[in-house]
Amino acid sequence: MTDLTKLSIAEARDLLKKGDITSRELTEAHIASVDAADALNAYIAKTPELAMEMADRADEKIKAGDHKGMTGIPVGIKDLFATKGVHTQACSHILDGFKPEYESTVTQNLWDDGAVMLGKLNMDEFAMGSSNETSFYGPVKNPWRRGDTDTVPGGSSGGSVASVAGFAAMGATASDTGGSIRQPASFTGTFGFKPTYGRCSRYGMVAFASSLDQAGTITRDVRDGAIMMESISGFDAKDSTSVDMPVPNFEAALTGDIRGMKIGIPQEYHLAGMPGEIEALWHQGIEWMKAAGAEIVDINLPHTKYALPTYYIVAPAEASSNLARYDGVRYGLRETVEGGGLVDMYEATRAAGFGDEVKRRIMIGTYVLSAGYYDAYYLKAQKVRQLIANDFKMAFEKVDAILTPTAPSAAFAPGEKSDDPIAMYLNDVFTVPASLAGLPGSSVPVGLDANGLPLGLQILGKPWDEETVFKVSGVMEEAANFTAKPAEWWR
Amino acid sequence: MSNYRIQGATGDWEVVLGLEVHAQVISNAKLFSGASTEFGAEPNAQVSLVDAAMPGMLPTINAECIRQAVRTGLALGAQINKFSVFDRKNYFYADLPQGYQISQFKHPVVGEGTVTLDLGDGKTKEVGVERIHLEQDAGKSMHDQHPQMTYVDLNRSGVALMEIVSKPDMRSPEEAGAYLTKLRTILRYIGTCDGNMEQGSMRADVNVSVRKPGDPLGTRCEIKNVNSIRFVRQAIEYEAQRQVDIIEDGGVIDQETRLFDPSKGETRSMRSKEEAHDYRYFPDPDLLPVEFDDAFIEAARESLPELPDDKKARFVEELGVSDYNASVLVGEKESCDYFEELLAALAAKTGKDAKKLAAKASNWVMGDLFGALNKASKSVSESPVSAKQGADLLALVEDGTISGRIAKDVFEIMFETGKDAEAIVEEKGLKQVSDTGEIEKIIDEVIAANPAQLEQYRAGKDKLIGFFVGQVMKATGGKANPGMVNQLLKPKLDG
Repeated sequence: MTDLTKLSIAEARDLLKKGDITSRELTEAHIASVDAADALNAYIAKTPELAMEMADRADEKIKAGDHKGMTGIPVGIKDLFATKGVHTQACSHILDGFKPEYESTVTQNLWDDGAVMLGKLNMDEFAMGSSNETSFYGPVKNPWRRGDTDTVPGGSSGGSVASVAGFAAMGATASDTGGSIRQPASFTGTFGFKPTYGRCSRYGMVAFASSLDQAGTITRDVRDGAIMMESISGFDAKDSTSVDMPVPNFEAALTGDIRGMKIGIPQEYHLAGMPGEIEALWHQGIEWMKAAGAEIVDINLPHTKYALPTYYIVAPAEASSNLARYDGVRYGLRETVEGGGLVDMYEATRAAGFGDEVKRRIMIGTYVLSAGYYDAYYLKAQKVRQLIANDFKMAFEKVDAILTPTAPSAAFAPGEKSDDPIAMYLNDVFTVPASLAGLPGSSVPVGLDANGLPLGLQILGKPWDEETVFKVSGVMEEAANFTAKPAEWWR
Repeated sequence: MSNYRIQGATGDWEVVLGLEVHAQVISNAKLFSGASTEFGAEPNAQVSLVDAAMPGMLPTINAECIRQAVRTGLALGAQINKFSVFDRKNYFYADLPQGYQISQFKHPVVGEGTVTLDLGDGKTKEVGVERIHLEQDAGKSMHDQHPQMTYVDLNRSGVALMEIVSKPDMRSPEEAGAYLTKLRTILRYIGTCDGNMEQGSMRADVNVSVRKPGDPLGTRCEIKNVNSIRFVRQAIEYEAQRQVDIIEDGGVIDQETRLFDPSKGETRSMRSKEEAHDYRYFPDPDLLPVEFDDAFIEAARESLPELPDDKKARFVEELGVSDYNASVLVGEKESCDYFEELLAALAAKTGKDAKKLAAKASNWVMGDLFGALNKASKSVSESPVSAKQGADLLALVEDGTISGRIAKDVFEIMFETGKDAEAIVEEKGLKQVSDTGEIEKIIDEVIAANPAQLEQYRAGKDKLIGFFVGQVMKATGGKANPGMVNQLLKPKLDG
């Protein structure tokens, strides 16, 4: 019998539909695989009983002919998404013991389609990080190693990518604020997809930076991403920033035909000091696009160099306000001081409950919003954000999609950058601009570096044109023929 | 009233006042959640996941609250902003679950408008409104439920408030009181706030400063959350005097936030300018800017009832109601509703033009009804005599069935028993006697019984006719038609 955990979502879907396998079998295999992958620390809460119940319901659905792309497919859920009665803490100590009475819209959409939840996935605390080293539940290990050395899976969706790359989930939900889907996908040889801001509801997603946060998916290939994205997308009246647009059949966009399409290459993304092999791989990607019949167009995104500083003003500003609700009053951690009052409780709770990176961003955010600094920082950052969005708008008058590296490096070793916030922030240099502009984007695995670590290329599209991103991603995937798999050292 | 001055040792001081009124919007649901807004529920019975700021919960704008703010703006003749923005006002407090209040800072939904104060004797004064913005109310901290702990009730958390900010146009405690009174009347007329200050659905922050007349504005203090019109006046009187005393003693006024203590009748410092929060306002990224079109505004305008100032003008000019009566009636929506209902019923019942009845009807409402209500400590809405019943009573006077004098007695019984006027008149046999023969018979008896008075009358004491009228009325128990008695008596006395 084939190893069911090695199937793609599309393959499993077809086998389920034909009745060749059941969701029960598929789910059992994955529960075993989840347990076998404990060394990765991808799951921080497992829900095997729930998974089996959901699998049985899915099998009944399939029998009844009610079959959708995600029916019966076991997935992992980033701890950022509220799941009713199940651990939801955004991997922060401050939400200790929190189990919501409600379900996020993204996960509800999956369950409505019959998907199966394996458990909750590790992540950087409140999605703040690029290496999954800031989680209260400890770092996630990348299934891919540099020889015998561990590497980080990227972040913040580190548990999502590790579980999918490690065959402990067929797909996983993820979230992107400045690159938290695409960068870890690049580090783990997985396909990460972030849709247009407003495509997915943020209802029930623990907020980091509201104007940037957007749900997305981690899968092992492009087709799976299209199937899963279609399931989680859609307008939701409970989120004022979600947009009432019809959700296309993303899978249907995978025609493999990009002839005549114009692909933009932003000159500002040739970063000094970037490893030569990333530059080379990018060039290779350009050649593949040409070979597939696309026209390559050099474009300029002149405000790119301001994207990172802009992001690190806007995101912390919103975070400083979004995280104010974690005060020890209503839920989660409460630390009191003997004989102390309300303010003492706030200070003790937040001092104990938040990790260093979260505290750092709350302080940055509080500072940039303060009287006397607001205009110089927050207001200016908003203006620059608009300029960055305009750069893309003008570029997309000339091209249909943009091709760049996803990250300026391959996965690094734990601790390598965790003492240097700036070095860590630089990981997001290629992903942040599109996040600021709210654009859809993907990271497609295309090759390995000299150390045998995966590298990805990023494809960006126009707002609401996820279909083109999928189409180009599909062609890139086929051309790259990335078939390498990590050695399963964790089993 | 604008001559209100505080007499200090160094001369007269002028008081400069501006009010920020927080008015709870009448809406079924809260500003950003579907939870109910009804007053008086069990603690935390009306709290949605959004109101409790659970992780991942998002606000969504309740369009009805926007419409109510727009209606309020229109009623104050204010600029309506078709584009407005909700901002976050960040601060920590136990009854503020989000850690920020969603409010409007740079772009409020309503801009400049006007409130016309009625200062008595037909005098008016215009007070400018700077802006009206919408914001969430906070919850309520209860410090008296447990020796060490504070309890929090979030029922009010997220309820929509309109903050109506006046310009510093008022110059006396009376003007501030008149402003609040007028504002409350308007809000009640248009149904955007119930104006119940004792329930906290309307409260005022009062900005007070003093200066020598003609000088630039002085440093102001803000007295927070005053919850009755009387307290507003008291707080101003105290605070203005306090400021004058400080300045005259050579001190300076610290810009600060103060609280009014009604039991002591004084204000005390809550926090200084240095301790003031830095609210770190920024646009709420969970919400899109609010945009609406002219059609929305026009629909809101069409939904407005006749406003108090227009109503008063109509009462005086078209219905011939006295200026005083019109002012009082219009001042309370319930009174005005009662009067209008009564007048309509009276006109219908008698078939007469309302214009001919209005003055009399207004006198009756203001005199007999209000007098009785006052004595019984009841409000108009609690009146045991409905407007329809009142109209029936006045109709009986109008068609001569009973006299005005009898009507007063009937009304007393109505007020006590709630019975209809006609039933009482019937039951007690109070119908006016207009039968000539019957009255003549009684007159004859009265004349026969009082020969001495008759002699004096005939000797030239004309005034004694009053005595005979009185005797006739007494003999009929007041039911004789007084006009007929006069008409029939004189020829008989004259012989």
